[in-house]
Amino acid sequence: MKPVREVAVVSTAVHQVPALTGTTEVQLMVPLLNAARDAVGLTQADIGFTCSGSSDFLAGQAFSFVQTLDAVGAFPPISESHVEMDGAFALYEAWVKLQAGEVDTALVFSYGKSSPGSLRDVLALQLDPYFLAPLWPPADAVAAIQARLLLEAGKVSGEELAEIAVRSQRNAVGNPNAVRSSPDVAVEDVMAEVPIADPLRPSDLAVESDGGCAIVLAAGDRARQLCGRPAWIRGIDHRIDAHGLGTRDLSRAPSAELAASVAAATADLAIGSLDIAELHSPTTSQEAILIRGLGLGASTEVNPSGGALAANTLMAAGLVRIAEAARRIIDDGADRALAHATSGPCLQQNLVCLMTGV
Amino acid sequence: MGEVPLRADLVLEYPFTRTTGPIIGAFLTGLREGVLTGVRRPDGTVMVPPAEYDPVTSEPLTEIVEVGQAGEVVSWTWVDPPRLQSPWDKPHGLALILLDGADTPMLHAVLVDSPDDLVTGMRVSAVWREEREGHIADLYGFAPEEVA
Amino acid sequence: MSEAAEGGVRLPESLRGVEPVQSVRTPIRLEYDYRPSASAESYLRAYGEKRIIGHRSPVDGAVFIPPRGVDPRHGVAISEEVDLPDTGHVGNFCVTHLPIPGRKGLEVPYVSAWIHLDGAAVGFLGLVSGCPSDEVRIGMRVRAVWKPDDELGTTAENIRHWEPTGEPDVPLERAGNQSFHAGRGDEAGA
Repeated sequence: MKPVREVAVVSTAVHQVPALTGTTEVQLMVPLLNAARDAVGLTQADIGFTCSGSSDFLAGQAFSFVQTLDAVGAFPPISESHVEMDGAFALYEAWVKLQAGEVDTALVFSYGKSSPGSLRDVLALQLDPYFLAPLWPPADAVAAIQARLLLEAGKVSGEELAEIAVRSQRNAVGNPNAVRSSPDVAVEDVMAEVPIADPLRPSDLAVESDGGCAIVLAAGDRARQLCGRPAWIRGIDHRIDAHGLGTRDLSRAPSAELAASVAAATADLAIGSLDIAELHSPTTSQEAILIRGLGLGASTEVNPSGGALAANTLMAAGLVRIAEAARRIIDDGADRALAHATSGPCLQQNLVCLMTGV
Repeated sequence: MGEVPLRADLVLEYPFTRTTGPIIGAFLTGLREGVLTGVRRPDGTVMVPPAEYDPVTSEPLTEIVEVGQAGEVVSWTWVDPPRLQSPWDKPHGLALILLDGADTPMLHAVLVDSPDDLVTGMRVSAVWREEREGHIADLYGFAPEEVA
Repeated sequence: MSEAAEGGVRLPESLRGVEPVQSVRTPIRLEYDYRPSASAESYLRAYGEKRIIGHRSPVDGAVFIPPRGVDPRHGVAISEEVDLPDTGHVGNFCVTHLPIPGRKGLEVPYVSAWIHLDGAAVGFLGLVSGCPSDEVRIGMRVRAVWKPDDELGTTAENIRHWEPTGEPDVPLERAGNQSFHAGRGDEAGA
């Protein structure tokens, strides 16, 4: 969709930990929502539209997103929506609402607290309910089958996957929202790990975390008033591939490629010329697919935060990528950034968001 | 406080019974009868398992065709330990298997004792349960094909 | 047997003339290790001492029960716990004539009600017993009937039900949810 209004990320807040104990999703989100609004001097009354993303299956509480609105302060009644998807897709809905000209500001948030349950089993339930879910294939096993296709086709080597793991763990050092980091891990260390889901080793798989993310969006002059250097969303698109694992080429992510090319055309930006890219890759093999498929250039710094490999909060990790990329524009002076979010097995659905500082 | 933190088991159970429609129903009927089937796509290729609509063109698909009971491992991994609710009670291979006569691979188990017994390209053939009701687990998995 | 089965689907020879599968059972079960939040934990432990805890909003003093650590009207964190009495009034109620599957010891009809404790800005769910169901009314004053001390646990089930106190009713216009009037000096109750 061609933007008709300039819309920017003007503030972000992120919190991720290995497991949230003693804290509800509501208590997690209160400080994050306040931090995102306070950073730009807004109260909920100033927010035109609020959109969230979460999944009830994580904590096993039906319609839990309704309760999480307690954290927003939704009285008097607010304009609000929710998606059972990663918060990045909630951000897309808010962006469309801003494009429609109905509102000038939006609050987007998402959260995931998967620690009380078994994420491997929950994720099995997103597969085909007749042919696959009754077999309870673990998510890491499904990703491993994809990884082997990639390796045996010669599209990537085991060492290259290990290099991705090493980069993530090293970049994550100093990121308070990363739950796996190491300043001195080496490729040999990763290669020496015993595979969890052959050929994937522990460092090839994203580490599960609990957490949340909140982002404030604003349009045009409102964004300029609120933020010295807004992260302007110049192109954003999301696409989906077929559901059946056997009906697509798992060694590629055509929906990610298409989303990236549409976003780049809209933004009039070359993907090869970006400063940074934050990729939502649940495995190193999926990161390898994305780096090649999106067409990232050698000069682009990939996942300076450590990426989703360093902390993969289900339902929030994609929005966290947008927050991390935007923060580097807002606070650190980066000029051109890509953020990617995924949903579904083996990179089935993909969102690409291109942002610039000017 | 020095007290043991409170906790409780929370169990969600959904006793889903799904209607199948004629296409998925035909595949499951085939499983009950010990037959593997797919559906023919407009380009003449055969998709296994079948879907009601073509995933690329969205055209309705109506021709169920029988495919072979053996095929080739396209990619695989090893599941250890087995998942509690899965049909298997010991570690097993999980693989994409391209059946003879099919053009898309299907995901199912490969029943071997060790990942050392798995290799891409190996030939495997269907292993059926004695009692079948029209469920994906009627097909217990695939075993390395006997060399004739 | 015609080649075309129901829905215009063509079947291979091997599936013609057999009873078609039309449905499939795919039950799922998910297990969770549920841990209450710190505020819920204090609430549940207080029940073990026959105490009821609420959370007081820093915005206007409105008291919420159960304590969830947040004032949902303003999205503001709450940390101040207050003890609430085990007396209040019926803010609203429902008489149910169907049993709850799997629940023992519940006679039909039963009355579920929003119990508005004295000093609380919102109600919470409880059973009303101790009078005929057709005598339960909005504004009726009630008190908690606790389980015997040796049966108390860290659970809201410690309150078996709520029974009428016989005091004069809370007037209808002051009964029920007062949270949106809190801080304006027109709260109901004690």
